[in-house]
Amino acid sequence: MSSYFWYVLRRLGQFVLVVFVGINIVFFVTHATPIDPVEQAISSVTQFGQSDPRAVEIMRKALRELYGLDGTLWQQYLTFWKRLAIGDFGPSLSAFPTSVSTLIGQALPWTAGLLSTSTLIAWCVGNFMGGLAGYYRKNRLLKAVGIVATGLQPIPSYIMSLVVLIVFGYFWPILPISGGVEMNIHPGFTFDFISSVVTHSLLPVLSLALITIGGWFVGMRSLVSNIVSEDYVVYAELAGVDRHRILTSYVMRNALAPQLTGLALSLGGIFNGAIITEVVFGYPGLGTLLVRGVNSGDYSLVLGIASISIIAVATAVFAIDLLYPFLDPRVKVR
Amino acid sequence: MLKVLRDLFRHNREFAFGSILVLIVLGIVVASFFSPYPPLDSYVVPPDIPPSWDHLFGTNSRGQDVFWQLSVAMRNSLLFGISVALISRVISVAVGLVSGYVGGMVDRVLMSINDTFVVIPLFPILTLFYFMMHDHMSWALLALAMASLGWPYDARLIRSVALSLRNREFTTQSIFSGMSTRQILLEEHLPYVLPIVFSTTLNNINWSIGLEVTLSVIGLTNIETPTIGTMIYWANQHTAMVAGVWWWVLAPVATVIMMFIGLFLLSVSMNEFIDPRTRLARMGV
Amino acid sequence: MDAALSVQNLRAYYVTDYYGVRREVRAVDDITLSVEKNEIYGIAGESSCGKSTFIKTVAAAIRPPLRVLGGSIKYSFLERDLYDLDEKTLADIRWKHLSFIPQGSMNVLNPVRRIRESFQDFAFPHMRLGRSEFFDVVNQRLERLHLSPSILTAFPHELSGGMRQRVAIALATVCRPEFIIADEPTTALDVVVQKDVLALTLETQREIGSSMIFVTHDLTVHANISNRLGIMYAGRLIEEGLTRDVFRNPMHPYTQHLVASLPQIGDLTPKTALSGAPPSLAQPPSGCRFHPRCPLATDICRQTNPELITVVPGRRVACYAVMPSPEARAMTNDKFQPS
Repeated sequence: MSSYFWYVLRRLGQFVLVVFVGINIVFFVTHATPIDPVEQAISSVTQFGQSDPRAVEIMRKALRELYGLDGTLWQQYLTFWKRLAIGDFGPSLSAFPTSVSTLIGQALPWTAGLLSTSTLIAWCVGNFMGGLAGYYRKNRLLKAVGIVATGLQPIPSYIMSLVVLIVFGYFWPILPISGGVEMNIHPGFTFDFISSVVTHSLLPVLSLALITIGGWFVGMRSLVSNIVSEDYVVYAELAGVDRHRILTSYVMRNALAPQLTGLALSLGGIFNGAIITEVVFGYPGLGTLLVRGVNSGDYSLVLGIASISIIAVATAVFAIDLLYPFLDPRVKVR
Repeated sequence: MLKVLRDLFRHNREFAFGSILVLIVLGIVVASFFSPYPPLDSYVVPPDIPPSWDHLFGTNSRGQDVFWQLSVAMRNSLLFGISVALISRVISVAVGLVSGYVGGMVDRVLMSINDTFVVIPLFPILTLFYFMMHDHMSWALLALAMASLGWPYDARLIRSVALSLRNREFTTQSIFSGMSTRQILLEEHLPYVLPIVFSTTLNNINWSIGLEVTLSVIGLTNIETPTIGTMIYWANQHTAMVAGVWWWVLAPVATVIMMFIGLFLLSVSMNEFIDPRTRLARMGV
Repeated sequence: MDAALSVQNLRAYYVTDYYGVRREVRAVDDITLSVEKNEIYGIAGESSCGKSTFIKTVAAAIRPPLRVLGGSIKYSFLERDLYDLDEKTLADIRWKHLSFIPQGSMNVLNPVRRIRESFQDFAFPHMRLGRSEFFDVVNQRLERLHLSPSILTAFPHELSGGMRQRVAIALATVCRPEFIIADEPTTALDVVVQKDVLALTLETQREIGSSMIFVTHDLTVHANISNRLGIMYAGRLIEEGLTRDVFRNPMHPYTQHLVASLPQIGDLTPKTALSGAPPSLAQPPSGCRFHPRCPLATDICRQTNPELITVVPGRRVACYAVMPSPEARAMTNDKFQPS
């Protein structure tokens, strides 16, 4: 089992690399551009009238310290990492004095829930149908499903969410189209609360699932149609092995490993889709929070969300990487 | 070359359907050069008129003809998408070929960097970028930013083609006959790699226009320039759906969906045409 | 019926129609042969002569674009022609009566399943034994092939090439089928392992008493294992007889060349290659397919294809240059009759 240990170590290294490069990009974008967020904030506050220069100076100093922008570039870099390590992004300007971490902490579970539910549904259903379509190539129903999936695949997240919103918002308004839960229900393990959460999540989950399911279907179908001509499948068919067994243990099982890799690689894109879907449906996750932050000039909030997004996605990818050797035993031997 | 296209059109349904869709969209784009109204002007026609013979797709709440507005918008979006795709091609092809052909440590390092970029979620970073740049944001800048972040997925595909080429016999022949690495890459491998580069370009165009639409709709780009995204942005600002001006939203959404599906079908059918294995599968079934 | 397998006038082509271009590759073109009970029938020939396609046809492993266009295949354990059977009957007889040892066992075992599970998938449904009894039989067979029972818990990539080949033989023989088809099982192995595998194959066949078709291009392997030998060229059978006889006295010019090119200790004569290249099976030459490369070719060879006829009891050759003996002429049909 020691080869698994080395494998985990390698993937951990990749995880650290991703977080390091990602956070550096964030730092680069915020600190190495000629725009100064402090000056921006000040100009938006002072544009409407007279301001005492001394008050402005105090504000400037306070903001500099808040944003970690005082000192040399190297000092700013260190401050940046230090704050990230303890999760301190400072208070949010738009929701002063609530800290950014609190806001993110409230929004993150919604995003995580949306992401995991729809990805699970889309990946499992998409792969299953795609596998059947790749194996039973002559089946008319599966061919028709294939055409629909091919049509769905290239459509970007925003357009798909918009279409779902229009269909269920205006033509067939049977489900709530915004919010995460009814406003006046007390949170807890009550039936009212849980059912409200579920009904509010149906449309965003449907949206996000539709965005990705086409890709899984088409990918699995083409994988399976290649696997079907592999030696071990032909041999098993030659031997009269039960067809059902061939479909599950010989064909689909061998296609799952590359599809899992595909999942890890597309998680960044799915995350993008998730937060866009949230914006369309007003779902209280990181997406709506991000847009709110941009619109209100809340530097710390936007910075915080960008950093957390990178860490969250990297963690999810790392978790998937850990699962991979259980699907493909060949990976243990290196 | 023409014969290949004709064969594809006749026998491959996806290619035929895809080309028709793309041609329709291109037709709309070309029409933009004949627009009777200057695209940036507003209130040149009576607002909120439903589709009619005078105004094919109706007019919007800003007093613009939706059809002519759409044609310019599609043109701008398409130009943007193509520029991003072309710029990022340079990086993907370079990384993919070098990584696949040279292999070893160089390959491992490049692919680690590649996978890093693939995992990083782009939307928050682009939003952050916009936030910092604010009024200094321009389309060119956005294109550069997207191109420098959008190359890794395609680089991996190109690398796998380069890997399989490296092991083929004609490569060893070229090495033994004394060709330099650069020569081999340019003269021997490039013709094989071009079809997949072409199909990834089409996919990248789809991707960049999709991202542009998303950013514009939230208002994170220059909303004065007519693009598909900004059209939807303005429609939302004027609450078009609620006000019943549905044609303002339908026109750009339908057109851009046509283009996405069209380009996608083209790239898929080109890939199938090239790949010898799918050829065999299609013949048998 | 006496013979274990009787093939009559079998034709199987690869028919492709891609982007409006129709192409027919005549991989198996009118082959008639029979295999006796408890005999190993070897099939030899160059690459792309159609032997692998013949095997697939006889094993009912047809996949598009390969199509059977005519002829019959009858096994002794079946009442009807192989291609008249429905899916279910076919699945029943597979492995229990008709099994297959594949070429180059690099990839024939499912990489995500342990060897033990492969045995369960392939053989268990046919044997009607309890689980522990089944594995007793499996272990016995593994021992015969010099494999330790511990390999059952391994994955295919953890075994060496020779071990995988032996697992394939074990898999194919554990149900004790009446007929085994072996498609170049020794080709990918080094000589030492090859010798081992051949010996084991022979031993197993003798023990079980099954009939076998053994395909390989390597004539020296045939010398060691086949009872009778059939030579294929460009989709057709051109010579057939007892292996010993074919080696001592090859009659068809192609066979003569094959046998002459085998190196022998003490023989210093330089070997010459046959001029030309094997013909394309999509556009084969007219008449006898060997005529472009045959030193004895005459006009009739270019026009009509010679039939495979019995020239001496126990020997069939398809060549105008080889005349049948009076005894052979006395026989009214060309079917091979045991002497």
